[in-house]
Amino acid sequence: MRGKWWRAMRAIALLAFMMLAAPAQAGAPLRVVSMNLCTDQLAMLLAGPDQLISVSFLARDPLVSSMAEEAAGWPVNYGQAEEIYLLQPDLVITGFWSAPLTQRLLNRLGIRVERLPIARNLEEMRSNIRQMGAWLGRPDEAAALLARFEADLELLRAEDPEPLQRPRAAIYAANGYMSGMNSLSDSLIRLAGLNNIAAELGLQHSQVLDLERLVLARPDLVITDQKYAGWSRAEALMEHRAVQLAGQESAVRDQYWTCGTPHIIQAVAELAAAKRRLVTARQLAQAGK
Amino acid sequence: MSYRLLITLLAFLAIGLALITLLIGPAGISPATSIASLLIGDRTDIFAIVMREIRLPRMLGGLVVGISLGVAGAAMQGYLRNPLAEPGLLGVSGSAALGAVLVLQSGLAGMFGLALPMAAIGGALLAAIVMLLVSGRSRSSLALILAGVALSALAGAVTSLVLNLSPNPFAASEIMFWMMGSLANISFDQLGLALPFMVAGWLLLFAARRSLDALSLGEDAAAGLGVNLRQLRLLVILGCAASIGAVTAIAGVVGFAGLVVPHLLRRLVGGEPGRLLLASALGGACLILATDIAVRLVAPDRDLKLGVVMAMIGAPLFLHLVWQTGRQEA
Repeated sequence: MRGKWWRAMRAIALLAFMMLAAPAQAGAPLRVVSMNLCTDQLAMLLAGPDQLISVSFLARDPLVSSMAEEAAGWPVNYGQAEEIYLLQPDLVITGFWSAPLTQRLLNRLGIRVERLPIARNLEEMRSNIRQMGAWLGRPDEAAALLARFEADLELLRAEDPEPLQRPRAAIYAANGYMSGMNSLSDSLIRLAGLNNIAAELGLQHSQVLDLERLVLARPDLVITDQKYAGWSRAEALMEHRAVQLAGQESAVRDQYWTCGTPHIIQAVAELAAAKRRLVTARQLAQAGK
Repeated sequence: MSYRLLITLLAFLAIGLALITLLIGPAGISPATSIASLLIGDRTDIFAIVMREIRLPRMLGGLVVGISLGVAGAAMQGYLRNPLAEPGLLGVSGSAALGAVLVLQSGLAGMFGLALPMAAIGGALLAAIVMLLVSGRSRSSLALILAGVALSALAGAVTSLVLNLSPNPFAASEIMFWMMGSLANISFDQLGLALPFMVAGWLLLFAARRSLDALSLGEDAAAGLGVNLRQLRLLVILGCAASIGAVTAIAGVVGFAGLVVPHLLRRLVGGEPGRLLLASALGGACLILATDIAVRLVAPDRDLKLGVVMAMIGAPLFLHLVWQTGRQEA
């Protein structure tokens, strides 16, 4: 008698669980298009087989995408409303600010468009990953991805304990654009055991900082972007002798910290390596004296 | 005013403006510290880096860009006997910018540094030759200017096309630099590349000063005075191409300076084209330095382009000159 009751209870519980879980599965989008470099990467990491049908062309650019090779497996789009519409997606995922005209047009055509905000710190990155999992109907995959990320982060921390002296770094990109305290880059260089000079300068948000003030801030390290093909004055600024004298170094491959994805672990590792080189060089110089 | 007095005054003005530009900057270093660090700061002095690597090259850049634009404008006006002639309006600067953009975007300038000034000079040279051919066919000074407008438009369009097609995401937003010119963040490395060519251009143009005086009497009279017209043409073309090409390679197209400066100084030197060369060189330096001070005071953080201010001064003057020329030709 009791066994029967148990079986009935279990069956009901199972049924209830399936009814709760089922709408999420049934409602999961089947044809998802991503139009933004950062959403591309999160979608590729989380989407189920054949769920994602197109990523942006930038996803294949090894300079900015940490998943350029994987992206070769998906057809690319250029963010044009026409091409996106013809793909007949049931969900378009894009960045908050990217291609606003395309977003508006797709909305008018009745296509669901979701916008992922830019991650300005690790917590926002985590919530972005959960959000992506929710949109794709794959929250378990998102949780697993986050768990792996936290484990990697712990490993990295164990490998590189908190240094006594934190060198002071400036993140100085093309056109003299300096990353402020309110940026993912800031979180990453602090994880790597460096201090962001923007904090001393009181720069909350990323902004242009002229060459003179950069030099006067006396950074130990100026972390610059990698260069694109072709040429620009914006990037040539990094070759200015004043920047060189201030301690310029292209320490990180941009693909690893352009977007808030778990690949930022790699950026932190590269930054930490740059920090160790700097500290060692200093110790040698001190010993020399 | 005597010629010697005028030259002395212009030279002092240029030096004074150059000193002022050294004292202006977003870092807000006091004048005394600035000068002390510039002169006697050692390698650990952080102000010395700012003064020597950022402000000094910008000051020298303003000086040599101004000299080049002034002297080339005066030489063109003297040789073509046309007060509307000017490297920017005749498309010489625009073609130089196209040459520079081509070698920069193709990566040639990265492999071989001198490719940059040389390509810009090549572009300037081509434009100067085209302008000379046009001026040989038509006596009308307005025809020459219209041909220059066409050439500028073409060079500007192709420059924009190249920058738009560049794989570099920042290139297209720099069309404005190439069209309007700026001295922001100029470094000694860039100056070092361009300066030898500029100086060579100045020397070629100054070598032409007596012939230009004779030419003001007309071609036949000049030939009668023993002026070798073919040699004069070569001096002016090569001199203008070298100085304007080198300027444009490092500072972009700065229009109207070559028009305004000779116009302001012509009467003060008694209308002699030869004397106008040196006066315009110094006057050009004063104008560009003053403009660079102005753009930095108006918008310290914005890199306001030199050409914006120059066009505000130069365009009304140009209209005025066209008005006068039109009346004469009618």
